[in-house]
Amino acid sequence: MLCASGRLLAARAATPLPAPPRARGPALRSPRRELHFPGQPEPPPWESPAGPLTRQSASPHRRVILRWGRMPPAVGRGLAGSELRLRRSRCGPRAARAVGRDGATQAAARSPKRRDPGSRRFEGAGRQALLALVTLLSFATRFHRLDQPPHICWDETHFGKMGSFYINRTFFFDVHPPLGKMLIGLAGYLSGYDGTFLFQKPGDKYEHHSYMGMRGLCAFLGSWLVPFAYLIVLDLSKSLPAALLTAALLTFDTGCLTLSQYILLDPILMFFIMAAMLSMVKYNSCANRPFSAPWWFWLSLTGISLAGALGVKFVGLFIILQVGLNTIADLWHLFGDLSLSLVTVGKHLMARVLCLIVLPLVLYMAIFAVHIMVLNKSGPGDGFFSSAFQARLSGNNLHNASIPEHLAYGSVITVKNLRMAIGYLHSHRHLYPEGIGARQQQVTTYLHKDYNNLWIIKKHNTNSDPLDPSFPVEFVRHGDIIRLEHKETSRNLHSHYHEAPLTRKHFQVTGYGINGTGDSNDFWRIEVVNRKFGNRIKVLRSRIRLIHLVTGCVLGSSGKILPKWGWEQLEVTCTPYLKQTLNSIWNVEDHINPKLPNISLDVLQPSFPEILLESHMVMIRGNNGLKPKDNDFTSKPWHWPINYQGLRFSGANGTDFRVYLLGNPVVWWLNLVSIALYLLSGSIAAIAMQRGAKLPTEVEGLTRVLLQGGGQVLLGWMLHYFPFFLMGRILYFHHYFPAMLFSSMLTGILWDTLLRLCAGALTSSSLARGVHAVGILSLLLGTAYSFYLFHPLAYGMVGPLAQDPTSPMAGLRWLESWEF
Amino acid sequence: MLGFLKRPVVVTADINLNIVALTGVGLLSRLWRLSYPRAVVFDEVYYGQYISFYMNRVFFLDDSGPPFGHMLLALGGYLGGFDGNFLWNRIGAEYTSNVPVWALRLLPALTGALSVPMGYQIVSELRFSHCAAMGAALLLLIENALITQSRLMLLESPLIFFNLLAVLSYLKFFNSQKQSPFCLRWWFWLMLTGVACACAVGVKYMGVFTYLLVLGVAGVHAWHLIGDRTLSNVCVFCHLLARAVALVVTPVVLYLLFFYVHLTLLYRSGPHDQIMSSAFQASLEGGLARITQGQPLEVAFGSQVTLRNVFGKPLPCWLHSHQNTYPMIYENGRGSSHQQQVTCYPFKDINNWWVIKDPGRHQLVVSNPPRPVQHGDVVQLVHGMTTRLLNTHDVAAPLSPHAQEVSCYIDYNISMPAQNLWRLDIVNRQSDKDTWKTILSTVRFVHLNTSAVLKLEVVGEKLSPGHHESMAWNVEEHRYGTSQEQRDRELELHTPTQVDISRNLSFMARFSELQWRMLTLRSEDAEHKYSSTPLEWVMLDTNIAYWLHPQTSAQIHLLGNIVIWASASLATAAYTLLFLWYLLRRRRGIHDLPEDMWLRWALAGTLCAGGWALNYLPFFLMEKTLFLYHYLPALTFQLLLLPPVLQHVSDHLCRTRLQRSVFSALVIAWYSAACHVSNMLRPLTYGDRALSPGELLALRWKDSWDILIRKS
Repeated sequence: MLCASGRLLAARAATPLPAPPRARGPALRSPRRELHFPGQPEPPPWESPAGPLTRQSASPHRRVILRWGRMPPAVGRGLAGSELRLRRSRCGPRAARAVGRDGATQAAARSPKRRDPGSRRFEGAGRQALLALVTLLSFATRFHRLDQPPHICWDETHFGKMGSFYINRTFFFDVHPPLGKMLIGLAGYLSGYDGTFLFQKPGDKYEHHSYMGMRGLCAFLGSWLVPFAYLIVLDLSKSLPAALLTAALLTFDTGCLTLSQYILLDPILMFFIMAAMLSMVKYNSCANRPFSAPWWFWLSLTGISLAGALGVKFVGLFIILQVGLNTIADLWHLFGDLSLSLVTVGKHLMARVLCLIVLPLVLYMAIFAVHIMVLNKSGPGDGFFSSAFQARLSGNNLHNASIPEHLAYGSVITVKNLRMAIGYLHSHRHLYPEGIGARQQQVTTYLHKDYNNLWIIKKHNTNSDPLDPSFPVEFVRHGDIIRLEHKETSRNLHSHYHEAPLTRKHFQVTGYGINGTGDSNDFWRIEVVNRKFGNRIKVLRSRIRLIHLVTGCVLGSSGKILPKWGWEQLEVTCTPYLKQTLNSIWNVEDHINPKLPNISLDVLQPSFPEILLESHMVMIRGNNGLKPKDNDFTSKPWHWPINYQGLRFSGANGTDFRVYLLGNPVVWWLNLVSIALYLLSGSIAAIAMQRGAKLPTEVEGLTRVLLQGGGQVLLGWMLHYFPFFLMGRILYFHHYFPAMLFSSMLTGILWDTLLRLCAGALTSSSLARGVHAVGILSLLLGTAYSFYLFHPLAYGMVGPLAQDPTSPMAGLRWLESWEF
Repeated sequence: MLGFLKRPVVVTADINLNIVALTGVGLLSRLWRLSYPRAVVFDEVYYGQYISFYMNRVFFLDDSGPPFGHMLLALGGYLGGFDGNFLWNRIGAEYTSNVPVWALRLLPALTGALSVPMGYQIVSELRFSHCAAMGAALLLLIENALITQSRLMLLESPLIFFNLLAVLSYLKFFNSQKQSPFCLRWWFWLMLTGVACACAVGVKYMGVFTYLLVLGVAGVHAWHLIGDRTLSNVCVFCHLLARAVALVVTPVVLYLLFFYVHLTLLYRSGPHDQIMSSAFQASLEGGLARITQGQPLEVAFGSQVTLRNVFGKPLPCWLHSHQNTYPMIYENGRGSSHQQQVTCYPFKDINNWWVIKDPGRHQLVVSNPPRPVQHGDVVQLVHGMTTRLLNTHDVAAPLSPHAQEVSCYIDYNISMPAQNLWRLDIVNRQSDKDTWKTILSTVRFVHLNTSAVLKLEVVGEKLSPGHHESMAWNVEEHRYGTSQEQRDRELELHTPTQVDISRNLSFMARFSELQWRMLTLRSEDAEHKYSSTPLEWVMLDTNIAYWLHPQTSAQIHLLGNIVIWASASLATAAYTLLFLWYLLRRRRGIHDLPEDMWLRWALAGTLCAGGWALNYLPFFLMEKTLFLYHYLPALTFQLLLLPPVLQHVSDHLCRTRLQRSVFSALVIAWYSAACHVSNMLRPLTYGDRALSPGELLALRWKDSWDILIRKS
C-alpha cells in the first residue's frame, strides 16, 4: 500500500517496459496484405465547365457575403465555379429547410439552375459518394485489426480500469473530468463486459474478458474525425480537392490511427473538438439566415460539443477559447452593422449566451451529476476527498457513521489535512535517509486509507493507558498539551530544529521515541481555529492546529512530493510562519474510543455545488501534482511537430508484438513545411492587401480563403499547441494530436490554394487544370504510399527491430530517436 | 557652408522651468541623507555581494537577471573607490568605513529622481494638458514606495527609469514621424528607444514586458504605415528597415555587449565555477585552469583521467570508486552483487582517477606515439587505486531498482562473469572518426553486453535514445600514464598534472552557456516572511520591512502611499470602462469624442493601461517567490494614467462650469490628502525618526501590514 500514491506516474513510467513475449504465428501473415488500398478517387469530374456562367450569376450574392464579413468564394478560373454554386444554394432561401450534413448536396440538386438537372443530380450524387467513400475508408482503417493485440496497451490500464469502476459503481479519483471514462464504461457495459478484469499493467492479456466494445467505441468516435475534417475544410475553402487532401492526410496518418484504436480518452476528446469546430463553421455559414432552424441547430450543437470536449479532458478549454473568440468577432460584426437594431443584436447575444454558455454549463454539470450518482460505493479514490464528501459513499466508514463525537484521551484517530488532496497524517517504519535531517522515522501525508494513518492521542505527562477502565473518561480540550503516538510503531510525533527535507525553511517532523517514551520535543498544543480555551474538540467538524511546544511552529504539509525514499508521499513539516493557511489546519476523521458512546453523524451531506467545487479542486491539484521529476526523460512540446519521438504502446523487444505511436513522418513533415509556407504566403498576401495592390478577382478570392479559412484553422493549431509550453505538468507526445488535426486541415487548404494560384498564373485553362490536378494527385498518392510503408507501426510489428536489416521496418528508422 | 559669416550664430535656449524644478525636487527627495542608514538594508545584502565580485573580478552566476543592472551598481562602487572587501552576510550589518555607501546608492537614486521629470514629459508627449503632466510627475514624486526603492542599492529604480525612457523616446519618435521622418531628431529618438529597451531588459528580465509593449505599439504603427498608400514602396521599406534595425537589432547587439563586458570583467574563478562546464571553468583564471593547464588534448589508451558528470545536478561530481563493497543485502531486502562500489563523488579525490585501457592489451601505459581513442572504440575503465575494472551486469542498482548496478569487478569465482567492455560514444562529435578530447568532448559509455548507459547515481540505464545530460561525462583532468607497476602508478596519481596550453572558448560559446545556465538554474523557491501574492498588491495589502535600527524603533519599510495606490487602481478601472463604452458607441456610429481626441485617449490607454497589464498580469503565471516590489514598474504606468483620466473627466464629462470647478476642487483636496499621507508615512520611508510604539500602531492602517514594534 505504501507506494500507491505515485500510482499515475508509476504506471505511466512503466509503459516502456517490454510486454510479455507473444507467440503470434498466424498474425504474421497479414501486415502486408491489406496494402491494396482502394485507388485514389480520380480528379473530380465536376470541376469542369460552366465557370464563367455561374460566376456571373453568383456575383450579386457575393457582395452580400462580403458585407457580412463572411468567407468570399474561391473563384479560380473555372476550377471553383461549381463550388460557388454549392455555397450559394446552401445559403439561398430555398435551402432553408435543408438540414444535416447532406443538406448541401440535396439542396444543390434541387435548386433549378441553368444546367440541366441530370448533370446536377450526378454532381450531388458524386459529392455524397465521395463523402461516403471518405467515411468508409476511415472506418475501414480504424476497425481493421482492432482486436490486436489482445492485451492491455499503454494507458488502457488506466482508462479501462476506470471504465470497470463505473460498471462496479466504485468511487475513484482521476485528474480528468468523467465523460470520457463514463462513455467507455457504458460501451463496456453494453457490449457485455462485466467489470471483472483488473487492468493491472500494460501487457496483461484480456483472455475471455470482452474488450472489443470499449475499443470499438473509441475507434467509432475516432473514425468520425476524418469526415469531420473533410467537411470543415470543404466549408472553409469551398474546394473539394482541399477537403480530399485533408481527409487523406488524416486517414493515412499512423498516429491518428493508433490513437483511435485503443481504450483512451483522446479519440473521444478529438471527436468532440472536431464536432465543435464543424458545427461552428457550419453555423458561421448560416450567418445570413439567423434564427432559422439550421442556424439554431448548428449553434446548439456547437454548445453540446463544447460540453463534451470539456467533459473529457480540460484540454477542451482550448476549443472553447476558439469558439469564444469566433463568437466575439461575430458579435462585433453584428454590432457594427447599423442596419440591425439594438434589439436584434441583443437577441443575437442572448442566443449565443444561451447556446454557448448556459447549455454547455448545464450539460457539464449534468455529466458530473451522473458521475456522482453512478459512483456511490466506496473505492480507491476516497482519501483524496474531504471527510464530508466521503460520507456519501456507501461502504466508507463515514457513511451513516456513528462514532464518538468528542475527542478524549486514549482515542485512536486519523488526522486529515484540510487542504484538498493532501491526505492523512502518516508514518511508517522507514527512516529519513542519511543527510536529510535527523535519521529518525519518516512522517508524511498519504492519500489512501491505511493502518499507518492511525494515531493515539495521549496526555503529555503520563504514559498510563487511558483506556484502562478504572480511569474516568477525560476529554481533550482546546489548548491542551498532548502527545500523538503512532499506533503501529509506537513512536511519538516529534519535531526539532532540523530543516525539513524539501522546504528548507521549515522544521523536520519525525517519529521519535520507543514505546511512547520520547522527550519534550514530542509535545504539541492542540488548538481549535476560532475557539476559546476550554472547549471540547469535535470529531470531523473542529478545525484544529497542532503547535509544537518547544519551537512554536505549526504542523503542516507543504504538499510537495517526496522523492523515492519517501515513497512519493507528501512532505510534512513544522512551519515557523504562523499565517493561517489550509495547509496547517487539520480535522479528525476516524475516531475509535470504546469508552464513549457512538453518535450518528449524518448532517454532513454536502450539497451538489460543494461536491462539484471540491471535485474540481482535487482534479486541479492532481494535475499540478503530475510534475516531471529531475532526470526523467520527458517529452518536450518542441519535439512534437517534428515527430521527434513516439510512444511505445506495446512491446519493446524483437520477439514482442510491437505497436508504436508515431505520426506518419511524410504527413507530419508536410504539415510542418505547410505551416512555415502558410506564414510566408499569408503575410505576403496580407501585406499586399494592406498596400492596396490590385489583384485579379480570382486571386483575391483565393487570398481571402487563405487568410480567413486558413487563419481560423491556424488559430486552432496555435490554441491547441502553444499553451503546452507554459504547462508545468508532465507532458506526453499524444497531447499534440488535437493540434495535429488543425495542422492537417491547414495543409489541405494551403496546398490547394497555392496550386490554384500557380495554375492561375498559366494562360491556358486546360493546362492550369492539369497542373492543379497533378499536384493534388501526387500529394494524395505520396501520402498513401507513405502509409503503405509505415502502417506496421499502427497495426503491429513482429520480428527484429528496425536497425536489423532483416526487419520488416528496415530502412524506415529515419530518425535515431524512433524506437521501433 | 560658412553661413555663419553671413548671419550671426544664434543659440535659442528653450528651457522648461517645470522640468528643471521637477528634477530639482526629485533629486532632493531621493538624495536627501542618502548614506543613512549606514547599514545593509534588505536586498542590498544580495546585490552587494555581486558588487564585491565585480570589484574583485571574480566570476559569479546570478539567475535573477542579466548582468547590466549588477554592472550599473558596481559602477557606483568603482567610482566611489570600493575595494570589494565587505562581508555581505546579514541585513542590518553596519558598513565598514571602506564601503562608499553614498556612491553605491547614488545611481539608483539618480535614476529614481530622473523618473519624475520623465513622467511629466511622457504625459505631455501624449498630448495631454500641462496640468495633467505636472500631476503625473508630482504623483511619482511623493509615492513613498518609489522613494524607498530608489534610495537603496536595488535594481527596480533603474528598471523603471529605462522603462519610462523607452516609452518616452518612442513617443518623441512617433510625434516627429508626423513632421519630418528620417531627420536627425527622428533617428535619435528611434535609436534611443532601442537602447532603452535593451537596458531595461539588461537590468532585469522583467524589462521584457515593456520591450514587448513598445514592440507591439511600434508594430501597429508600422502596419498603418504599410497601409498608407501615399508613400512609395521604397519609402515604406526604408521605414520598416529603420525600425527593425533600431528596435530589434540594436537591443540584441547591446544585450550581447552587456554579457561581453560582464565576461571580460570577471576573469577569475570563483564560488559558482562548479555549475559551469569544464571548458568554461578552464577559461577562467585560477581554479580549474590552474590544474588543467598543459594537459594532453587527446585521450589515448593508457591515459589517466577524471570523469565529471556533465549534468551537474544536484551537485557536480566525478566518477569514483573505493575499496568498500556493496552490502550483500540491502535494508529493503533486495540483494546485490557484493562487488566494489562505484559512486559519483562531489569532491576531488585520488579515487576519482581512472585509466583508459585497451581490452586487447595488458598495458596500462601510453604507447609511443600515443594511440588516441576514437568514437566507437571499445575500452575498459580501470580504477587507478584498486586496479579493478568498471563493470555492470543485470543486478538491480541500489537506489533505482529498474536500472543496472555498476561495480568494480571482483572475481568471487562464482558464475558471474565480468562484463567490463564499454563502447565510447562521443556525443558532440563532428564526424564518426573524432577522437576523444580532454574537457571538450562530451562522451557516453555504452555497455557492450547490455547496451546500458553509464549514468549519474551511478547506474547503468537501459539504452534509451532520448539524450540526457546525466548520461554524459567529460574528462576533466588528464595525463598520459607512464607507470606499468601498480605502486608507481599510485605515486604518479598523487603528483599534480602540469604544463601549459590555454584552451580559449569563443565569446558566443561562453555567452550561450552562461545564458542557458542562468535561465535553467532552478533556485529553490524559498518561502519568505514578506513574500506576497499578486492579488495583494493592487490595494496594497502587504508591505516589506526593509530595515530596523539596532537600538531605536527607527525603521524602513517598502510601503506605498495608499491613497495613490487605491486611486490609481480606480482610475485604471474607470479608464477601461470608459474606453469600452466609447468603443461600443463608436461601433454604432456615435462619436462622443472628436477623432484626434479619441486617438490620443486610445494611445494613452494602450501605453499606460497596457504597460500596467503587461507588467502585472504575467506574475499570476509565475511560480517563483514574489514580493511587493515586483509591482512597482506596473504601478508607475498606472500613475501615468491617473492624471489623463482626471483631465478627461473634467474636459468631457463635466458639462457645466460649476461641475468643472467642483471637480477641480475635489482633485486638489484629493492631492492634498495624498501629500498628507505621504508625509505621515515619511518616517517609515526614510527611517530617519524613531517613533513611539503608539505612533507606530497608529500607522498600522491595515491589519495585514507588518510594522515592527519593539517589546520593551
